[in-house]
Amino acid sequence: MMHNITVKVCMGTGGVAAGGGEVLDAFLNEISSEGIAASIEKRCSPGKVGCRGLCAKDVLVDVIIGNSKVTYQHVKTDMVPRIVKEHILESNPVLEWAVGEDYHNFHDRQQKVVLSDCGNIDPEDINAYAAVNGYIAARKVVTSMTPEDVISTIKMSGLRGRGGAGFPTGTKWEIAGKQDAKTKYLICNADEGDPGAFMDRSVIEGNPHAVIEGMIIGAYAIGADKGYVYIRAEYPLAVERLKKALDDARTENFLGKEIMGTSFNFDILIKLGAGAFVCGEETALIASIEGQRGMPRAKPPFPVYQGLWGKPTVINNVETLANVPYIMRNGPEWFASFGTEKSKGTKVFAITGKIKNSGLIEVPMGIPLREIIYDIGGGIEGGRQFKAVQTGGPSGGCIPADLLDTPVDFESLAKVGSIVGSGGMVVLDETDCMVNIAKFFLEFTRAESCGKCVPCRIGTKRLLEILERITKGEGKPGDIALLEEMSVDIKMASLCGLGQTAPNPVLSTIKYFRHEYEAHINEKRCPAGVCKDLLTYSVLEEFCKGCGACLRACPAGAIKGEKKKPHIIDPSVCIKCGACLDVCKFKAVKKE
Amino acid sequence: MVTLKINGTEAVVAEGATVLEAARNAGIYIPSLCQHPKLTPFGGCRLCLVEIKGLPRPVTSCTTPVSEGMEVVTTSPTIERLRKTVLELILSDHPNDCMVCEQAGTCTLQELAYEYGIRENRFEGERRIYAKKDGNPFIERELEKCIMCGRCVKICDEVQGVEAIEFGYRGFDTKICTSFEDDLDCEFCGQCVSVCPTGALTGKLWSKQGRKMGVKEVDSTCPYCGTGCTITYHVKNNEIIRVTSNDDTPNEGLLCVKGRFAYKYVSSPDRLRTPLIKRDGLFFEAGWEEALGLIAERLQGIKAEHGPDAIAALSSARCTNEENYAFQKFIRAAVGTNNVDHCARL
Ligand SMILES: Cc1cc2nc3c(=O)[nH]c(=O)nc-3n(C[C@H](O)[C@H](O)[C@H](O)COP(=O)(O)O)c2cc1C
Ligand code: SF4
Ligand code: SF4
Ligand code: SF4
Repeated sequence: MMHNITVKVCMGTGGVAAGGGEVLDAFLNEISSEGIAASIEKRCSPGKVGCRGLCAKDVLVDVIIGNSKVTYQHVKTDMVPRIVKEHILESNPVLEWAVGEDYHNFHDRQQKVVLSDCGNIDPEDINAYAAVNGYIAARKVVTSMTPEDVISTIKMSGLRGRGGAGFPTGTKWEIAGKQDAKTKYLICNADEGDPGAFMDRSVIEGNPHAVIEGMIIGAYAIGADKGYVYIRAEYPLAVERLKKALDDARTENFLGKEIMGTSFNFDILIKLGAGAFVCGEETALIASIEGQRGMPRAKPPFPVYQGLWGKPTVINNVETLANVPYIMRNGPEWFASFGTEKSKGTKVFAITGKIKNSGLIEVPMGIPLREIIYDIGGGIEGGRQFKAVQTGGPSGGCIPADLLDTPVDFESLAKVGSIVGSGGMVVLDETDCMVNIAKFFLEFTRAESCGKCVPCRIGTKRLLEILERITKGEGKPGDIALLEEMSVDIKMASLCGLGQTAPNPVLSTIKYFRHEYEAHINEKRCPAGVCKDLLTYSVLEEFCKGCGACLRACPAGAIKGEKKKPHIIDPSVCIKCGACLDVCKFKAVKKE
Repeated sequence: MVTLKINGTEAVVAEGATVLEAARNAGIYIPSLCQHPKLTPFGGCRLCLVEIKGLPRPVTSCTTPVSEGMEVVTTSPTIERLRKTVLELILSDHPNDCMVCEQAGTCTLQELAYEYGIRENRFEGERRIYAKKDGNPFIERELEKCIMCGRCVKICDEVQGVEAIEFGYRGFDTKICTSFEDDLDCEFCGQCVSVCPTGALTGKLWSKQGRKMGVKEVDSTCPYCGTGCTITYHVKNNEIIRVTSNDDTPNEGLLCVKGRFAYKYVSSPDRLRTPLIKRDGLFFEAGWEEALGLIAERLQGIKAEHGPDAIAALSSARCTNEENYAFQKFIRAAVGTNNVDHCARL
């Protein structure tokens, strides 16, 4: 029997950047070329799919013949002819190019709900989504369920917001549903601005129809007839795919007037973000859609009572909404079977930093950090020592090695001084300085504060100044106490979530890595060897062979010495670039 | 009406009032810099934080509406600590030049620093410094002194309807700007100057003319138009050095560019001080008796010779309602013609 042949080329942002477009063209060309076309063309359909997580191995290509799938990694155009010839024509997979054990480990521990169709279907083809049961849930909801039924299903599933705060989605919808107003709005928050986060982008790029279907269901539940997707303008591919998906959904009458033959009207507009992190905060986002400067306002009133243009408005995160069709399709019990007592379901994380398999993952809530980092992530790069994992981006905190068994759920991470947040996870190793990490995040929040309120506008600046002082070796006794004092007050007195969480990176690094702060302040030493101003490079006489390599490498002319005699570094001239350390073959240069 | 408890005492206020309004209504003081009765709440200065039973963190009383049974605490060691931190943070980015600041004595920030006894500051650090470039004749903007309370932005937008200024930039670099940071070029009503709680916005004409010491405040009516805004002249050494207007006036403290800034004519050497009578093509100074006598004589003469309708009279928009009333009464009843009009019709 002749099997159908499918070729799936990863064309998420990572895939496209690695040359996915060219690889797909190469497959199309190769297959349509003479000889090959005659024997298989009709049975073979190469196509693009969204992100499948392990971007480090892009371009990833699946070749599926009947039930057997082989995934190739690091595919380049010049590899395509051989794959087509040996695998597709002769059924002999090119195993030396196939993914290895770590690819399978990366996927085996994951539990995919939101991402289950990402990386499997062509995101630009509404029929591909329909083929995996897409829009069935929306049809069922609008044709045969009451809004109350939908809300109680979501409540039963235990779904909580994935945008950071973890507010129960069903409850939010219920309150909005009860508001007696002619006009209500549903907004999808796709402003994803945390440094290093790309969960929401991947979902929209990989399966935009799931987000749209979730919005249709949500809008029906709360009684909204207009929706917005507020999306980062810096995500052109996601915007393009979303636009196409909206057009296709309108053509199919999943959006627009009298959806699917019912009396329900709902349409969705795209609003490009204003390029500020704070515009992800819901009240600032509303101001931004209204054409004002994106500045948060005090709550209450909450947007579910008075939101966009003063009307009841539900704002949900991309991932929250993308969960909804799967919950409606498979039932709330199914969803609630993943996760913990209070944090149900799965969560998508973007793991980056000093980890082997950086990429996008989806895991059941409650999975221990250790499993994410060592089993899925493959452990630390270069065999170095794990130091901490930063979760929750600029609002989160650093979790040290002895808390690696902490389960990843809303409550447990809060207990150790961090948050789940939107799902950023940065792994740090022994070569990372924790004061410097805190400084990095404060640089971000200082620049992104909207400037409305005093504690955040001036407080983050002062925190940053103290951290800068410490990393320059100008820290003073009392600085740690001052940082702590200020942090507590900034958290309590700030208006919105940005200021209320901005000091978290400082507090959590002081809590778990106080000794690093003390070393910087008291001994003027950076234990991780990161803070330039605190480093000294010197030559260890006993190892130096006087080969002169360092002398030639030093761009500042700081090294002196005669041939075959120990060399000397003049600290007053040294610019601490580390070139000498890199070139010395005899480990005679010491950095401390 | 809503009943709530503030510091243990019951208070009754209208529904929709804010906690801050309820407290002030009950005579309880809560500090604030950005709140202003004419403007919608902002919630930026964070000084009016209060504790409300059942809420996990302090909230700004200026933005929180009252609700039945609410229990509010307006002062506690935590609240006072937060207020002091906020003030120290503001002052850490504020020029310490009250000595020479126009606003000294009427500056809310200065008053709060005094109240909280802030001498030492835990948060020394970099300060904003801006190049000054406003060429306009009326408003001095010293943005280093700006505390970003947003009052100027709001009054320009919500009251004056001009939107000449907005917040620009982000974070520590946030600043009140005109579009494209051009020179201020607006109506120059000075509403923004009147609500600025610091010395960031002042009148250019006021510069070094005097602050509080030796200055007498004289309430009066603006002579520029029939609206007759109530104004206060600040007088030093028998010279008007500034015009302001109080909130509790019929014009609610709002003025236009003329009323607020065009007061120098009062002591201008070019100003007419006596009536002038023209003889043989030249003006000669005269006394009021003489001038009014001449007018009466001529009016009577014209009326006797040509009848009252040969006379027409035009009054001024700069007169008050009462003056205009008296004038048309005089023309209609005493002169006997309806030929009376007013320049504002033009
Ligand atoms: C500074 C700041 C930035 C935020 N950025 C985002 C964002 O990029 N995406 C998002 O979904 N939520 C963001 N949030 C959270 C939103 O305010 C809001 O809680 C969320 O969109 C609600 O959706 P959910 O209930 O589905 O989580 C941000 C909050 C703050 C304070
Ligand atoms: S906390 Fe920061 S971002 Fe939020 S309103 Fe205040 S200044 Fe703006
Ligand atoms: S003077 Fe009047 S119009 Fe000009 S900025 Fe101030 S409030 Fe606005
Ligand atoms: S200029 Fe004055 S009124 Fe305007 S924001 Fe600054 S301090 Fe407030």
